[in-house]
Amino acid sequence: MCLAIPGKIERITGEDPLNRMGKVNFGGVLKDACLAYVPEAQVGDYVIVHVGFALSRVDPDEAQKIFEYLEEMQELDEVGVPPGASLPKGGSEPAP
Amino acid sequence: MRYLDEYRDARLAQQLAREIHRVTTKPWTIMEVCGGQTHAIVKFGIDQLLPKSITLIHGPGCPVCVTPLEMIDKALKIAARPEVIFTSFGDMLRVPGSTTDLLSVKARGGDVRIVYSPLDAVKLAAQNPGKEVVFFGVGFETTAPATAMAAFQAAQQGLKNFSLLISHVLVPPAIEALMSSPDCRVQGFLAAGHVCTVMGYEEYVPLASRYHVPIVVTGFEPMDILQGILMCVEQLEKGNAEVQNQYVRSVRKDGNRPARELVGRVFQVVDRKWRGVGEIPRSGLGFRDAYAQFDAEKRFAVEEHTVAEPAECLSGLVLQGLKKPHECPAFGTRCTPEHPLGATMVSSEGACAAYYRYRMPPAGVK
Repeated sequence: MCLAIPGKIERITGEDPLNRMGKVNFGGVLKDACLAYVPEAQVGDYVIVHVGFALSRVDPDEAQKIFEYLEEMQELDEVGVPPGASLPKGGSEPAP
Repeated sequence: MRYLDEYRDARLAQQLAREIHRVTTKPWTIMEVCGGQTHAIVKFGIDQLLPKSITLIHGPGCPVCVTPLEMIDKALKIAARPEVIFTSFGDMLRVPGSTTDLLSVKARGGDVRIVYSPLDAVKLAAQNPGKEVVFFGVGFETTAPATAMAAFQAAQQGLKNFSLLISHVLVPPAIEALMSSPDCRVQGFLAAGHVCTVMGYEEYVPLASRYHVPIVVTGFEPMDILQGILMCVEQLEKGNAEVQNQYVRSVRKDGNRPARELVGRVFQVVDRKWRGVGEIPRSGLGFRDAYAQFDAEKRFAVEEHTVAEPAECLSGLVLQGLKKPHECPAFGTRCTPEHPLGATMVSSEGACAAYYRYRMPPAGVK
């Protein structure tokens, strides 16, 4: 259903948007992919490719979100903030 | 590989697992829809990182597994014809029909070829005008844009010797069928990230609301799946039933519009029979009249006949999440990837294949 992997667009050919093809680099292996469904994708972008078709452009900002979330959780952990709270408990905990 | 390896970080995966342990206070049953997610869970042992109170049920998201036996038999009949070059994705080749499989047809002289993309089949048709080139188009909504483009480009090129045998199925009707079954124990879903890359996730909102189940669109790497489970459990603990998107680097709410537009031009929604589940209304795709010339079922006029499944194969129950692969008496003995009884043991997305590959003890160990 869903076997698709991310690769980097190295080259684009084709004038007609529906026939636009790219040379995509998957960790060193170059394969052709149809770029008709990612008209905004340019050389250097990463795309998710399924059976020779790019289905989405990987958004670099969105791709970072999970790491930002985990880092934030880690920081809250270290300050002793329980999940769901925004301030440390009063009393024994030092103020941040 | 960029945008792949960093989502397999063991330390961060453990951090997500710890957070799941922290927020879980009750038992929950969650289904991951996609076979690709099942494989990642079994391969990376994600189920073993979770609290014992969380049960993961493997869903029917394996398009090879749900392609009806009758369709496989049609493919075999077409592939055996001397004028046909029959092309297919690799894992269809060993799926057993009632009496044989594509690989055996190939061994007996049929021109059966594995292709990576449906466009490869279009190229073959252009290069072999004296042959009938057929592409076996099996897949969910993720694959339909590719087969639609193949038909579209074949029409553009005026090819008269190209057709597609289509077995495309849709996820939301399958979820609806599962949820309306009285046996269903699923309380939350991890929706298929690449299906939703194409379709967006608007159509899951009425399902979440009608059945009061949280649905989290999830990716395929260990950290994606763990975060998806975390988001699902957090909703369950609060009593929420919303659609959320975990796979933000690929999925937008609106999905991929140009892909859906072309699919809508070539295909229409039809009733479909799912192997192991039965007929689900408006759950598949068929050709529109404008593209009927590319329908291999019409071109080769193969007769329909109902076939009985081999009695021993439990793949239907596995696909509905009612049985796990190792609970099948034939698992690993009479049914192996080399001699499969059903599609779930053959397909790269099949649950039985996943368990066989990643959970079998080494030879000689009980």
